[in-house]
Amino acid sequence: MSDLDLLYTEVEDDLRASLRDLLAARCDSSAVTAMYDGDRSVVDPLWKELAANLGLAGLLVPEDQGGQGASAREAAVVLEELGRTVAPVPFLTSAVIATTALLGSDAPLLAELAAGERTAALALPWSTAPDGPLTAVAVEGGRLTGTVTSVAGAVEADVLLVLADGFLYAVAAADAKVTPVVSLDMSRQLADVRVDGAVGTLVVEDGEPAVRRALDAGAAMLASEQLGVARWCLETTVEYLKIRRQFGRVVGGFQALKHRLADLYTGVESSAAAARYAAATLAENDPDATIAAAVAQAYASDLAVLAAEEAVQLHGGIGMTWEHPAHLYLKRAKSDQIALGTAGAHRARLAGLVDLPA
Amino acid sequence: MTLAERVAAFLEAHDPASTDRLEFLRARYDAGLAWVHYPEGHGGLGLEQALQAEVDRLFAEAGAPTNQPEKNGIGLGMAAPTILAFGTDEQKKRFLRPLWTGEEIWCQLFSEPGAGSDLANVSTRAVLDGDEWVVNGQKVWTSGAHNARFAILVARTDPDQPKHFGLTYFLADMTDPGVDVRPLRQITGEAEFNEVFLSDVRVPDAQRLGAVGEGWKVANATLNNERVSIGKSAERETGMIGVVARTWREHPERRTPELHDRLLRLWVDAEVARLTGTRLRQKLAQGQPGPEGSAMKLGFARIAQQLSGLELELLGEDGLRYSDWTLVRPDHVDFTGRDAGYRYLRAKGNSIEGGTSEILRNIVAERVLGLPGEPRVDKDVPWKEIPR
Repeated sequence: MSDLDLLYTEVEDDLRASLRDLLAARCDSSAVTAMYDGDRSVVDPLWKELAANLGLAGLLVPEDQGGQGASAREAAVVLEELGRTVAPVPFLTSAVIATTALLGSDAPLLAELAAGERTAALALPWSTAPDGPLTAVAVEGGRLTGTVTSVAGAVEADVLLVLADGFLYAVAAADAKVTPVVSLDMSRQLADVRVDGAVGTLVVEDGEPAVRRALDAGAAMLASEQLGVARWCLETTVEYLKIRRQFGRVVGGFQALKHRLADLYTGVESSAAAARYAAATLAENDPDATIAAAVAQAYASDLAVLAAEEAVQLHGGIGMTWEHPAHLYLKRAKSDQIALGTAGAHRARLAGLVDLPA
Repeated sequence: MTLAERVAAFLEAHDPASTDRLEFLRARYDAGLAWVHYPEGHGGLGLEQALQAEVDRLFAEAGAPTNQPEKNGIGLGMAAPTILAFGTDEQKKRFLRPLWTGEEIWCQLFSEPGAGSDLANVSTRAVLDGDEWVVNGQKVWTSGAHNARFAILVARTDPDQPKHFGLTYFLADMTDPGVDVRPLRQITGEAEFNEVFLSDVRVPDAQRLGAVGEGWKVANATLNNERVSIGKSAERETGMIGVVARTWREHPERRTPELHDRLLRLWVDAEVARLTGTRLRQKLAQGQPGPEGSAMKLGFARIAQQLSGLELELLGEDGLRYSDWTLVRPDHVDFTGRDAGYRYLRAKGNSIEGGTSEILRNIVAERVLGLPGEPRVDKDVPWKEIPR
C-alpha cells in the first residue's frame, strides 16, 4: 500500500500550471471578497471557463460517457489550485460529489454534467459525514416533498440530487425553492432546499450506497482543497514575514515566529502526503481508500484551520482587515473543517476501520 | 542479465547453507549486491537505490546470512555514505567492504561536552606530526564506541580560523592505545552511549576524509543522512504506534474516552508521518538528502514521546512499575523494546539526539522557508577568541 506514487506526474504538473494561470487572470481575491457583500459576478464566467472550456466538469467521467476519463489524482490537483485561490466554483460539489453519485448510472444527466452544460448538487447538509445520517425527503407517486438545509453547490446548480425512500432523484432547480443562506464561507455559499410536490426523475435505484460513495470521494478530495488553502496560508505568511520590519529587524528572523512556521511547514508537508495518498487510493480503487479518506480528513481539515489561523495571527493587524485576503482562507478553512464530517467524526470512524474500539 | 538473475546466479555459486557466513557476505559485496546504488567495485552496480529492497528480499528468501545492519547503524547509515561521497579510492577500498559485512563496526565522534547543538564549536584538537595527526580531546554521546573498530571523527585543526573553517574530518582507529571508552549512563538506567577520551591518538593523514579545514562540510553530509535514517518506517502501525495499539487491543478494561481520543489523534499522526516518510523517500529516490528530512524527524520525536506517555497512563497500575534499572551496555538500541517505562524514558532522547527539535526548527525555517538566520556573534571570529 506504500507503492502508490505520492508525488505529482508531469501531466498533473501541466494541469496545475494551466489552471494556475487561468485563476490568476480570472479569480482575483477582491472579486471573492465582494461575494460577502452580495456581488457574485465572478462565479458564472469563471465556472463556464473551467467546466466547459478547460473540460474540468467531466474530469471524472469516462470518455465513452462524454467525459475526460481522468482520475481522482487529477481532480485532487484541481482542488489544490481552487483551494489556493478560494475559487467560488462548484467543482467539488458538482464535478466530484454529484458526478460520483451518478457514476455507473446510465442517466443522460451524467453526460450533460460532463459537458458542463448542467451543474448539479447533492441535496444533503454540507456537514454530512460519509457514515453519517442522510437527510431524505418524502416521495409519493414520483412527487417529492421535504426540506434539506445547508446544501453546498445548490446556489450554482440547475439540477438537485435528492434522496427519497432509498432512491436518488434528479429535480430541476427551477422546480425547487432554493433559498441562499448567509454563510460563514460566502465563497461556497450554502442554501436551504425545499421541494413541495416537485416531479423527480429517478437516476440511481441503489441511492444510499451511491450517495455514501460520493461523500467518501468528496471527503478524500476535500483534503486536497484544504491542502491548497494551507499552502497559500504558509507561503503568503512566510513571504510577508520576510519583508515586514519591526524593532529594526525583519520579523521573520525572530525565533518564536520561525519555529511556528517550521511546525506549520511540517504540518503542510504531512497534509500533502495524506491528501496525495487519499487521491492515489481513490484513483486506483484501492481497498485502503476508505481509511485513506478518513485519515486525510482527520489530518488535513484541522491543519488547514491551523494554517489560516496562523496566517491571520502572524500577519498582525493587517491580517484582521477586510482588505487583506487572509480572512477568505480562514472562513473557507473553518467551513471545510465541518464539511463532510469534522476531523473528530473521521477519527471516530477510523476507530472502527482500524480496530481501535472505544 | 536482470538483477534477479544476477542474485540467482550468485546464490547458485554460493550456497547460503554451506558457505561460511563471512565468506558469503564478502562475495556478495564483491558481486555488487551489497548496496546496488553504490558504484561497481564498491559493493554496488550503480543502480537506483529503490532496487535494493528487492535484492534484500531475494537473499532473505534464500535463507542467506545478513550483515546484521542493526549492529552497525552508524557505519551503514552515516560513515558509508560520507566515505562514498568524500573518500579517496584507497579509502573506499579499505573501509567500505568490512563496514558493510559487519567485520568492522563504526561509531561517531562528533559531540563534545561543549559542542552539542553548536557542533562547530568542537575543541578536540588534531595537530599534524609528520604524516600523522595527533588527537587530544573528549567526545560524548558515542553509541557503540565499546564495540567499534573505527570512528568518524571531527576535530579542530586550525583554532585561528572561525569555527566552521578550522575543522577536519577523520577516520580514526578505536583500538589506538590513546582511546579510552567509558559508559555514559542514561535516564533509562542503561548505557547505550559512551564518553570517549582521546589522549595523543594517532591518525594517519591517509585517513583524513576531505580536505584539511573542510570538516564542517563533510560532517553536514553525515548529519543529513542521520536525520533521514532516523525518520523512516514503511508499514502501517510500525514503531511506537504499533506497540501502543497492541496494548490498547489487549486491555479493553483500561480504556477510557479520553485515552481513546488521544490514541486516535496519535494514530492519525503516526499514519500521516508514515505517508510523509514514503513521500519524502520518493522525492529523494534519485538525489541527495536535503533539509526536508529535518521536518520528518520533528514529527517522529513528538509522536513517539506522546505515544509512549499515553501507553503508561493506559497501563495504569502496571505503568507504575519498571523492568530493571541495572546498568547494561546494549549492542543496539530498540526504541520500541523492553517495557513501557523504558520506552517512555528512551523517547525523551528522540528530540535531542541527531539534532534537537529546536535546532531542527531553525534548519527548516532557514533552509527550507528561507527565513533569516539566528544572530551569530561567533561566526567570523577566530575560534580561539570565542568566550567559553
